Amino acid sequence: MIGSLDARLPGGPVEDAWTDHKFSLRLVNPNNKRRFTVIVVGTGLAGASAAASLGELGYRVKAFTYHDSPRRAHSIAAQGGINAAKNYKNDGDSVFRLFYDTVKGGDYRSREANVYRLAETSVAIIDQCVAAGVPFAREYGGLLDNRSFGGAQVSRTFYARGQTGQQLLLGAYSSLMRQVSAGTVDLHTRAEMLDLVVAEGRTAGIVVRDLLTGEVTAHAADAVMLATGGYSNVYYLSTNAMMCNVTAAWRAHRRGALFANPCYTQIHPTCIPAGDDFQSKLTLMSESLRNDGRIWVPRAFDDARAPADISEAERDYYLEEKYASFGNLVPRDVASRNAKAVVDAGRGVGPLRNGVYLDFSDVLARDGADVVRAKYGNLFDMYERITGEDPYRAPMRIYPAVHYTMGGLWVDYNLMSNVPGLFVAGEANFSDHGANRLGASALMQGLADGYFVVPYTVGDYLAGRLGQAGPGTDHPAFGAAVSELNEQIARWTAAKGSRTVDWFHRELGRIVWDHCGMSRNAAGLAKALAEIPALREEFHADVCVPGSAATLNQSLEKAARVDDFFELAELLARDALEREESCGGHFREEHQDAEGEARRDDERFAHVAAWEWAGTGAEPIRHREELEFNTVTPTTRSYK
Amino acid sequence: MNPPKTSAAAPEAPERHPTGAAGTLNLRLRVWRQDGPGDAGRFETYEATGISPDASFLEMLDVLNERLTLEGREPIAFESDCREGICGTCGLMINGRAHGPQKGTATCQLHMRQFSDGDLITIEPWRAGAFEVIRDLAVDRTPLDRIIAAGGYISVNTGAAPDANLVPVPKEASDTAFDAAACIGCGACVAACPNSAAQLFTAAKVQHLNLLPQGQPERWGRTEAMVETMEQFFGSCTNHGECSEACPKEISIDFIAWTNRDYVRAKLKNRKLAGQR
Ligand SMILES: Cc1cc2nc3c(=O)[nH]c(=O)nc-3n(C[C@H](O)[C@H](O)[C@H](O)COP(=O)(O)OP(=O)(O)OC[C@H]3O[C@@H](n4cnc5c(N)ncnc54)[C@H](O)[C@@H]3O)c2cc1C
Ligand code: SF4
Ligand code: FES
Repeated sequence: MIGSLDARLPGGPVEDAWTDHKFSLRLVNPNNKRRFTVIVVGTGLAGASAAASLGELGYRVKAFTYHDSPRRAHSIAAQGGINAAKNYKNDGDSVFRLFYDTVKGGDYRSREANVYRLAETSVAIIDQCVAAGVPFAREYGGLLDNRSFGGAQVSRTFYARGQTGQQLLLGAYSSLMRQVSAGTVDLHTRAEMLDLVVAEGRTAGIVVRDLLTGEVTAHAADAVMLATGGYSNVYYLSTNAMMCNVTAAWRAHRRGALFANPCYTQIHPTCIPAGDDFQSKLTLMSESLRNDGRIWVPRAFDDARAPADISEAERDYYLEEKYASFGNLVPRDVASRNAKAVVDAGRGVGPLRNGVYLDFSDVLARDGADVVRAKYGNLFDMYERITGEDPYRAPMRIYPAVHYTMGGLWVDYNLMSNVPGLFVAGEANFSDHGANRLGASALMQGLADGYFVVPYTVGDYLAGRLGQAGPGTDHPAFGAAVSELNEQIARWTAAKGSRTVDWFHRELGRIVWDHCGMSRNAAGLAKALAEIPALREEFHADVCVPGSAATLNQSLEKAARVDDFFELAELLARDALEREESCGGHFREEHQDAEGEARRDDERFAHVAAWEWAGTGAEPIRHREELEFNTVTPTTRSYK
Repeated sequence: MNPPKTSAAAPEAPERHPTGAAGTLNLRLRVWRQDGPGDAGRFETYEATGISPDASFLEMLDVLNERLTLEGREPIAFESDCREGICGTCGLMINGRAHGPQKGTATCQLHMRQFSDGDLITIEPWRAGAFEVIRDLAVDRTPLDRIIAAGGYISVNTGAAPDANLVPVPKEASDTAFDAAACIGCGACVAACPNSAAQLFTAAKVQHLNLLPQGQPERWGRTEAMVETMEQFFGSCTNHGECSEACPKEISIDFIAWTNRDYVRAKLKNRKLAGQR
């Protein structure tokens, strides 16, 4: 059982908290570092930066990824940029303002101390990345360029054309490969973690399946860090990479780690609308497009005319009209819900009437196609490749899609879960974004965690473990986990039912999207809670997993991941049902004002909900971590 | 010895199929199937019917795979992740061309509107001595990581960096470095090269760092180590230029020339430095 949830937040003024806390963290002297083995699972931005930094410090690091190379993690796909409070633009930005914006943007559901630390470390991230060779955009004088992004009123976003994620990941990956070649990091690719081993009350290691040979192996460590990304693919269709999944985090959850705020999911307003049944994923059109594109729908219902034939007076620029001061740059959740409202009202555009226009004609007329091409060329090309339509001539069609998950494994201020020795970083944890993440802040958080937080806090934990060898792989807990996993795999490969894994995944996604998507209500959530377990039973009885476990078997990999998505989906719906308020990405239809704006309930819900696994089929236990706001006073977010 | 780049060219006159319903495509696919690295492999032919022109190439294969699974056959193994042309995971030889017919486009971004009803499409894995076939269309590209581990980094430990604006970088240098850094590590250049060299990949990686002020201190050591590691695993570059043609990011072949030049200078300098030691 878990007692009260202690986030171990430092006291005192938020400005000094991290500095003071760092000083209080215990150190491991250089000679002792090499006695400790640290496992890092995941080599995206958070994992690669942590593994490289821990290796540089002298720990023995073992890094695992199911990808064939660390360079391919989902982080690679981030387009828009990364925030940092450098104030290079002299437009009034500061650490405090980034902190304030993030707490407010998260709809007052995050910890002040965590967010302050994030804002504070943001400046060092940019320094680190530039030194490692990340080619951020520059101005003619040779200094770094910034832009405003995702609703920020200052220009604090650093970017690298439309491929900021790729350039940042290549930076972290190159540092990681440097450590691999120095021998401090032992890299295991195409290796999927499928269980966490907990022994004697603390983290002892992991169990891994080699995706090429099917071999299952146990790995012991003094500490384990998960940086395994988010769970958007529970919706089947999302902007996440095809292989993103919740398995590592979920299996840790089943071994005792609390899962926090699963219902906080983010819908991104600017994605290409879904086509037909064959659609395998959705493509994001970077939010930076909202800086210059104007969003509109026809005023008339079911208007089939081409956009050029619809006069200005017949167009509804609904965001500009409703939110005078932020206009098209309102936060993601607000932009998304408004798009849903106009489409649900029958004013959607495109052949399936499932989108809204993002129109560049003003900026094209003002600045010319060349300027627009320099800024957004690759995005325009991408749009044309996918849709066969040319956005230089006709407006883009966009619609919200699932994009990011704020929820994740619960961690304390040190980014350690409630299971001692299990750390969680990047999108996999729940820590910094509250109920809604601001644009360009995920990359910042992943790198803050990996470069500048975990290397210190893991050291503090290990300092307390000096001289106490952890259980090795000969401990019975490892043997038990390995045989359990082998049995599971054998069950999957014996499943020769009549439907494919993807079919079940799609059906699950439909339920989650319909009832736990952009807006939620009690009846729908109750329905989801009935439908998910029923479909899961059918999944177990009727799925077909072809092939054997001894070779590359993508159906087998997916079956295990989808199984975990089923369990997570149920928790997501339960969490959404229990949270009887609207906040950030979680919109409960019962909790809105007369104008349809979200209504938070700080009296009852200014807390983190952290769920404890109670066994298959048993109701999970909801724990609370109260949130205190001493620096920023919660107000109703207003972008009018 | 490298295996032939494509094991068989597509037959000359593909048989025409009846036109699909409502603008959909009916296609015949010749797909390379191979059970594992040790297996000899073979082509198998499949019908892909009722494919929407709006589907992507990989979605077309998804549809086929679902059908194969339901028929009790093993689906075709192929790899993809981002499906946005940025992670470099996908990569197929389509009718003998790396990433297929559309220029500057990764396999995952290729859409079926590039094909016509009745087409016969031959699909093979990347073929190169350094890329072992794992299964069907999936290959092992880890030798590319070895090239990076040899020197594709700037040695700066976490925390040791000066302020990011301390060193201005001329915009042209930064932009050119970026053009090189846009490489997604897909390996199409290797698959397209008659010698199976990874010269375009290596050059892109070398020049990304060599063009930046931050990359100067290690420039010569990096160049030598990366080029030589490339040659250890892959064939040698003889300037055919097929690589750049196939590259989904249209990485310029100029980077190869610059890298060759840097390599010659590196050899001289490194020899001199070694003599001083
Ligand atoms: C299209 C798109 C655009 C985005 N644009 C932006 C942006 O402009 N700015 C911004 O700030 N954020 C953006 N984001 C969000 C941001 O990219 C992600 O939140 C962030 O990159 C996540 O990084 P990560 O390191 O936590 O996880 P990931 O990059 O997802 O990495 C996860 C790693 O874990 C490994 N892994 C997972 N499970 C296992 C397992 N069981 N065993 C072994 N390995 C495992 C994977 O192989 C991978 O290496 C965007 C997201 C998307 C989808
Ligand atoms: S140079 Fe081009 S073809 Fe070669 S790996 Fe890079 S992106 Fe792929
Ligand atoms: S799947 Fe990522 S580049 Fe094609």
